[in-house]
Amino acid sequence: MDASRTEQRESFRALASAQLPRLYSIARRLVGDDAEDAVQDCLLKGFQRYDQLKSAESAPAWLTSILVNSCHDVGRASARRPQVIDFEEVEKFSLYRKIAYEDPFPYSDSLHLDFLGEFGPEDVHAVLMRLPPLYRIPLVLVYMEGFLAKELARRLDAPLGTVLARLHRGRKLFEKELWEYARETGLLKEGAR
Amino acid sequence: MISCHEAVGQLWEYLDGVVDEADRALVEEHLSRCRRCCGEMEFAQELRRTLAGSVRTEIPADVLLRLNQTLEELD
Repeated sequence: MDASRTEQRESFRALASAQLPRLYSIARRLVGDDAEDAVQDCLLKGFQRYDQLKSAESAPAWLTSILVNSCHDVGRASARRPQVIDFEEVEKFSLYRKIAYEDPFPYSDSLHLDFLGEFGPEDVHAVLMRLPPLYRIPLVLVYMEGFLAKELARRLDAPLGTVLARLHRGRKLFEKELWEYARETGLLKEGAR
Repeated sequence: MISCHEAVGQLWEYLDGVVDEADRALVEEHLSRCRRCCGEMEFAQELRRTLAGSVRTEIPADVLLRLNQTLEELD
């Protein structure tokens, strides 16, 4: 390995090593148990493309973009079969109306907020993991990592309309899965917590 | 003026700041006179907070070790 290559390797190593906890945390929310594989893949691809990084300040966002693609690849490889989703039904679903109609806490005067209050961080993570990666990834990056939809579209090299449509479907699926999860795990039973 | 259905359909986009000025004004005008949709908006805001509050995972020591090893072995 020549001197400049060694220098490049040392520089990438320092930069990526500092980002490992953040990258792993994001990957965990994007692909669950496959997080380590996704970060490994991201490190290898990042080093191969290191000359494309414009400045050290943009390294965190640059590595995140690579990680998202790695998560897509890892997610595809581990997916047993594609989920079939009836989006017509999902589109009609309103969690707000469902809670009002089903009235799971008859003595509550803040029914909707009490419903959400039943979900701890681990429950929200479990609900997110029930969503297909195509919809989970934009939700995590926008609502948890603070990306703007426009920025995400640029980083994923996708049209803004596509990202907005996936966010919309992701939110609707998230609402529906919150209800299903609460029903299946007994969160709605009195004294469940 | 827009209907409740139209206003509710745009609430998340409104909260995300991705609706244009004209649509933003229509949603705000609707919210100013519809208590039920204000309840839906409050719920949507709380739902966003719930989503943002999902668990943040610490990297396990053995995983960190293996990933640093990968960095050491880059060629």
